[in-house]
Amino acid sequence: MVTAPHPAEPRVRSGDDAWAAAAAVPDPELQVVTIAELGILRDVSAGPDGVVVTITPTYSGCPALAVIAEDVGRAVAGTGVSDVDVRVVLDPPWSSDDITADGRRKLAEAGIAPPGPAGTAGPVALPLAVRCPRCGSTETVELSRFSAAPCTALWRCASCAEPFDRVKEH
Amino acid sequence: MTADQPVPADTAAAPSDVDRFGYLLALGDDALIAAQRLAEWTANAPELEEDVALANIALDQLGQARLLLSYAAEVEGAGRDEDSLAYLRDEREFRNCLLVEQPNGDFAVTIAKLLFLAAYQHGLYGALRASTDRRLAAIAAKATKETAYHVEHAALWTKRLGDGTQVGHERMTDAVALVWPYTHELFTPWVPDGLVAAGVAVDPASLRAGWLSTVEPVLAEATVERPDDGWRPGGGRDGVHTEAMGFLLAELQYLHRSHPGASW
Repeated sequence: MVTAPHPAEPRVRSGDDAWAAAAAVPDPELQVVTIAELGILRDVSAGPDGVVVTITPTYSGCPALAVIAEDVGRAVAGTGVSDVDVRVVLDPPWSSDDITADGRRKLAEAGIAPPGPAGTAGPVALPLAVRCPRCGSTETVELSRFSAAPCTALWRCASCAEPFDRVKEH
Repeated sequence: MTADQPVPADTAAAPSDVDRFGYLLALGDDALIAAQRLAEWTANAPELEEDVALANIALDQLGQARLLLSYAAEVEGAGRDEDSLAYLRDEREFRNCLLVEQPNGDFAVTIAKLLFLAAYQHGLYGALRASTDRRLAAIAAKATKETAYHVEHAALWTKRLGDGTQVGHERMTDAVALVWPYTHELFTPWVPDGLVAAGVAVDPASLRAGWLSTVEPVLAEATVERPDDGWRPGGGRDGVHTEAMGFLLAELQYLHRSHPGASW
């Protein structure tokens, strides 16, 4: 799946150690994806006073944000940077469209259904034809719009009978 | 410039920090107290999925409360932070509406409260995305997306209970009738004119038409009678609360007050 570029998508800085270190930090709740793949790493910039890392929360109350900020600070400091400042921004708000193609593939491989396009059809996006990440069947039902993490919903496959988490369109 | 010219408009253009602080505090207190009430359902809801759902909604509300109270504390500039605002104010200093502090009651009462609150917040935050206060606009942009889920969840339950069994219908009808009077306070004038004129805040009265257009179709589909507008309890925005508020704060604030700075 090709994702349209989002204004929030950070610039690629392949040669930058601090960027690479921050980008490689796994999300504490969806550990199979990095924060860059999840789309919550907004910027890493080096200035005279050290490195400033900018991240954004998926949901306002995401309890993982404090852990992510700590992990990012430690990872960037590990590249030899003495002064790391991790800042949180809200604008523009995170969208599930910010999850990269690699991130979607890794989620699916780990049994977590990736979201469809967030779209603008209604106040709450309705997913169409959700595919079971285990057996590929589209005979699936939503058990609850809410699940173990703020960004996921609980689903079940009617073909293989397995429950699975699914990242919500947001 | 001659002496008989009107007073320059710039005195009215910049709303005072006191007004801005009060506005952010009221919005943050609504979210904080709603979160506390919803969290009481954790491990007590009718089914496991509902435990998780209400806890998630509580978490969204808590997240919004933290953003709003942190910002309020910065605007006030008196050395307070989100924790001191949440844990160290007394009842009369809280600016939340009476709706959110009402006891959970039975499950139908909780759902009625959630439907009315979420529909209000969704309209409010939607409008505040255009606030001239850019930080408030950014908070509102996130909260708009989150409250959409809350409205949907409460609407689903309202229909399931109201248009379900006879017992469900009676309880949902009773719950809506019980909670309805407290919704008037959401739309009564309490925001300083200067904040609205400066585009920082939204006039509460302007939100009621949109709120009714969300709530009334849900009640109709749930076959629950929309109550008449009668009794209008109020006072929350002035810090005058109902009996329930003191008990709620005792539980919310006990740990922080008894063990200042406790952490784990």
